[in-house]
Formats: sequence, C-alpha cells, structure tokens
Amino acid sequence: MAGRTRRAQRRREALLGYLLVAPALVVFAVFVFYPFAKNFQLAFYQDPLFNLPGKRYVGFDQISDVLSSEDFRHSLWTTIAFALLSVPAGILLGLALAVAAHQKLRGIGIYRTIFASTVASSVAVAAVIFGTLFNPVIGWLPWLGIEPQPPFLQNPDWALPAVALVTIWQSIGLSFIVMSAGLQAIPEEVLEAAELDGARPWRRFWRVTVPLLSPTIFFAVVVGSIFAFQAFAQVEMLTKGGPIDRTNVLTYNIFVTLRESQDEGRAAVLSIALFLVTLLLTLFQMRILEKRVHYAS
Amino acid sequence: MGRVAFDHVTKRFGDVTAVDDLTLDVADQEFLVLVGPSGCGKTTALRMLAGLDDPTSGDIVIGERVVTEVAAIDRDIAMVFQSYALYPHMSVRRNIEFPLRSRKVPADERNELVAEAAAALGLEQLLDRKPAQLSGGQRQRVALARAIVRRPEVFLMDEPLSNLDAKLRVQTRAELVELQRRLATTVVYVTHDQVEAMTMADRMAVMDQGILQQVGPPQEVYAKPANLFVARFIGNPPMNTITGTVFRTDGTLGVQLPGGRVTLPESVAAAVQAHDGDDVVVGVRPEHATLDPEGSIEATVAVVEVLGHEQHVICRLADDTLFTVRQPNDDVPPGLGVGLRIAVDSRRLHVFDPESGRRLEVAPAAPAEPAETTT
Repeated sequence: MAGRTRRAQRRREALLGYLLVAPALVVFAVFVFYPFAKNFQLAFYQDPLFNLPGKRYVGFDQISDVLSSEDFRHSLWTTIAFALLSVPAGILLGLALAVAAHQKLRGIGIYRTIFASTVASSVAVAAVIFGTLFNPVIGWLPWLGIEPQPPFLQNPDWALPAVALVTIWQSIGLSFIVMSAGLQAIPEEVLEAAELDGARPWRRFWRVTVPLLSPTIFFAVVVGSIFAFQAFAQVEMLTKGGPIDRTNVLTYNIFVTLRESQDEGRAAVLSIALFLVTLLLTLFQMRILEKRVHYAS
Repeated sequence: MGRVAFDHVTKRFGDVTAVDDLTLDVADQEFLVLVGPSGCGKTTALRMLAGLDDPTSGDIVIGERVVTEVAAIDRDIAMVFQSYALYPHMSVRRNIEFPLRSRKVPADERNELVAEAAAALGLEQLLDRKPAQLSGGQRQRVALARAIVRRPEVFLMDEPLSNLDAKLRVQTRAELVELQRRLATTVVYVTHDQVEAMTMADRMAVMDQGILQQVGPPQEVYAKPANLFVARFIGNPPMNTITGTVFRTDGTLGVQLPGGRVTLPESVAAAVQAHDGDDVVVGVRPEHATLDPEGSIEATVAVVEVLGHEQHVICRLADDTLFTVRQPNDDVPPGLGVGLRIAVDSRRLHVFDPESGRRLEVAPAAPAEPAETTT
C-alpha cells in the first residue's frame, strides 16, 4: 500500500518535472537541436549549380571537397589570425584597466563606469564608430596625420588588424568587468602579506595577483576565443570580407556561401568545420592551459 | 632594537574614530598583548604599526626610527594574519621562502633559513604540500614560519589562534610564548580573548572604543582594574558589579547594596569618603565571595553551573541583579531557588565611580609605563 502510493507520488513528481522543463525543451528543440541535426544532414547533399532544384546525396564527397579547398584553408587561417590579433590584446587591456581601477582613489568609480561602458554597446555600434574614425574623408586618423594608402579598411595589410581593433575595443568592457571581479575575489590580506614580506608591486603582481587570477584569465581566454571565432557583424559592416578576402573569416565565408552562392550544402560543411574547430580549440585550452591554472580550494 | 611606540596616534575613518590618541611603548623583546572587544581599535592599531594603514595624526616608532612615513615594505616587521594569508598557489616551502626571495637572499643561505624555520615549527615533512592540503593548525605554523624566517625585529600577530579549535589553541598559546623567548624578539599580539592576554602577555593593553583603558602586567590589571570596563572585561566568570549607596557608621565606611551591606577597606574608604551618600559601583570577583550563613548579603540561587573543577553559583539579589560565587567542586551545590547569604572578602573589594567608571582608590593602580589611560 505505502510502496504503491510512494511510487505514484514519485511518478507525479517526475511528470511535473518534465512539464516544467517542457517549454525550455521546445525552444531548444526548435532553435538549437533541430538546426544542429539538420545542418549535418545538409552537409551530405550537394546543391546543383545555378540554383536549380534537386539536391543530390553525395555522402562525404562534399565534406572532403570543402575541407581540402584553398578557400576553406584561407578562411580558417584568417579566423585564427583574427583571434590572435584580438583575444590576447583584449584580455591584457581589460586586465590593465582592471588593475588601474582597482586602486583606492578618489573618483575611481567614474573610471570604472567608463572602462566598463563598451559592454553596453554592440559590435555594430563599435563598427559604425570605428568605420567613421577610419574613414579617409571624415575620419580622425587623417586628421592625426595617419593616412595609409589605400585607407585602412581597403588596405590588404591593414584591414584585418583594423577589424581586430574594433573587436578589441568592444570586448574591453566585458574583459574589464570579468577581470575586476577576479581581482576583487583575491583576499586583500594575501596581498598585504606579500607587501610585508618585502615584495615590490611588480613582484606582487606577477607572483601573487596573476596566479590567483589565473582561473579568471583562463575563462576569459576560452570565452574570448569562442567569441572571436564567431565574429561576424564587424566584418559585415566594415569590410564585407575584403579587400581580396583578407578579412573573409569563417563565419563570413559561411554567410556569403549561403546568401550569395545559395550553396546550402557547402555552407553546412563550413558550419560544421567552424563548430569542430571551436570545440577542439576549447578542449585544447582546457587540457593545456588549465594545467597552469591555480584554483583556490 | 625591537622597541615599538605609538605616539599620540589617532586614526579616523570618515566620522568614526577607530583609534583615539593612543600612546603606548613596547619594550625590546617584550610580549605585548592588545586586547579588547571587536571594534575597539586593536587591529587598526596593529595595521598602523605594520604600515598597512596610515595614522590620521601622531607618530609610529620602530627601533629608534620614526616610521610614520615609511612604507610597510621598508619597516622591519613580520605579521601573522588571522586568516594566515598564505599564498594558496605556492607550496609550503615557497611560502616560507617568499620573504627571502623578495629580498634576493642567495639560494644556499635561503635553503638554510627555510630548513631552520621549518624545523622550529615542525614543518619538515610538509614542505612540498600546498596550503589547501594542510590542517588549520599546520597552516598557522606555516604562517609563523614565514614570519620568523627572515628574523625581523618585531612580530605582529592579529588573532593568530582564533581559527584553531579550543584544544589546539591552548597548546599553541604556550608554543608561541616559548618561540618568542627563543627568538628574543618583540611581539605585538592582538586578541579579543582575555584568557590569551592573561596567559601570554608580559604586559597587556586593554582597549575599548578606540581608547586605551589600561596597560600593565596581567596580574596587576586583574587585581586593580583601572575602570569598570576593564573590571568587567578581564576575568572569567566576570567580576560582579553592583550599584549601592555609600554610608558611614561609627567611623567606618560601607556600601548599602540590595540585600545587604559591605564595609570598605581603608585604602578604598579614603577615596570614597567624599562620596558619602552617593551611589558607587562595588566590584567583587566571584572567587572573593563565599556562600556563608554568616554572610552580609541575602540572595536566592538562580543557576548552578558545575564545571568539573569548580562551580559557579549564580545568585539573584533583592533587586534582581545577578551575583556569581565561585566555589570548589567538592562543595555541595545549593538547590535552585534556595535563599542563602553571601560573604564577600572586604579587602578585595573594588569600588568604581558610577559616572566615569573610574576606580576609586587612594593610590590608583600605578602605571607601569609613562603611557597610561587617556580619557
């Protein structure tokens, strides 16, 4: 008797549980799980030329085709270069500003707000601001006497760094907030102990602050890399992948393949590649970098 | 020379005065305990000595040098924090050698000093562990080793025993005193625990509300508390303090208390004379009172605490004030609610002015140092 009622009760509880997660599950199913699975399916079908109807099952042919193409390789390297240009700089600048704003000075709150403010702007806003600054006619750089020919965004050597610069600026806010939170979690007494132990500020920073901040830095590197690999808006708004494909990162390549070439299959393969590259990078960071991270017990 | 001095040091945080005109001299190789309730300013005083906080006014002296303007890093002091403040990412060895590496001590000398400090505190087996792998007592010893490794003139300790369990605390208390004797250095030790102050200090400085109340050897502070605050703070169970009225009969002075009278010893009587007819506060330590059918104070038994080695008989006086009598455990504890009489040792009475709280005595507790109460 008692066993049965208890079992019935447990079943009711389980039912209620499923009921409660159902709405979230539906949203995820429609917008995440289904597209994810569908994408894999698309990768096995080749679109006919000239947007004619009639997809054709080609198995792994399309995948190996795309992955061995010069176009893919170029996009991948561009993405990696973009991440290398933007992620470390964004983190270092965020850390530097966080350290500066961590000082107990009068009016420091104003600076904290300013440093964190870029988090409130979107990438698109950043792109518009910098697009204007870089503009060879109305921009500020010519006014400062910096006037490369061709101008930054049309310059094959400078376009990618320029797009990275926009990304750095935009990511500083978040990086600053994350680093500030990390700094605040370091016990004041440990730094005071280091001071009394005769460690000058530079030594305190490298020997105590940085190691204790390592979980935060690690988190910022992983998340920053994922963001960088998925960067799209700044490329779309500033360079559209050009000049001569110099800023054609993977996400942008996927977009162009889908929108302009209407090649669903190829775009699907590129998407899977982006997913796998990001996944591998994150796993790699977890295995290698995490060894150097100190987690407080 | 490990002499340390506060010279009219005041520290304000906004409107709050944490330390108020503190003047205090600590002799070379002395073990001085700053004791007081939380928020009394003792930790702030210690932090100013360390250089972690700047005084609002006044000077700090270490050795023969006024160090008020000298950065913490350049004062020859070491500190043990309440939380130990170990470097969690470094091994025990790295923690202990950190002060030496900071000062660029050559490797062979460094290893020798670390080995010595580790041996002094029994840490040889733990050198490769991380702080997270240590017990509370072991962490505390690492913090001590890190402090002694570079042989500073002055040690500062901020409640170093408060995170240990009761048994370990008693043991470590003795070890710390022994360590201080062996190293022959000056120690300024902060605690809220009056037992630590009583057992460890050469001299103790009692603070309350930022103000130094009394300085002296523990026995002297215990026997002649300078004011009501010290009287109630030092001693466990605390001193009984009862308000009564001074009266005079046949040339002797006494105090009428709720439930009875006490006569005053001569040393006190002379000072109280002028207070004839006024209220005073009479202080009686629980061990200076006995349950005695001939006693002069009537009371009823409220609670009896049997501790094993002694009993605390907590009685209620006529006006509901509680009065504790300490007696040996061999005595038969009285039943609850029983009416009885308390006799007090009148030579050991303390009398305080109820307004100022100050001790009333002809020759007040003589300050051992020029630095004394500043009120």
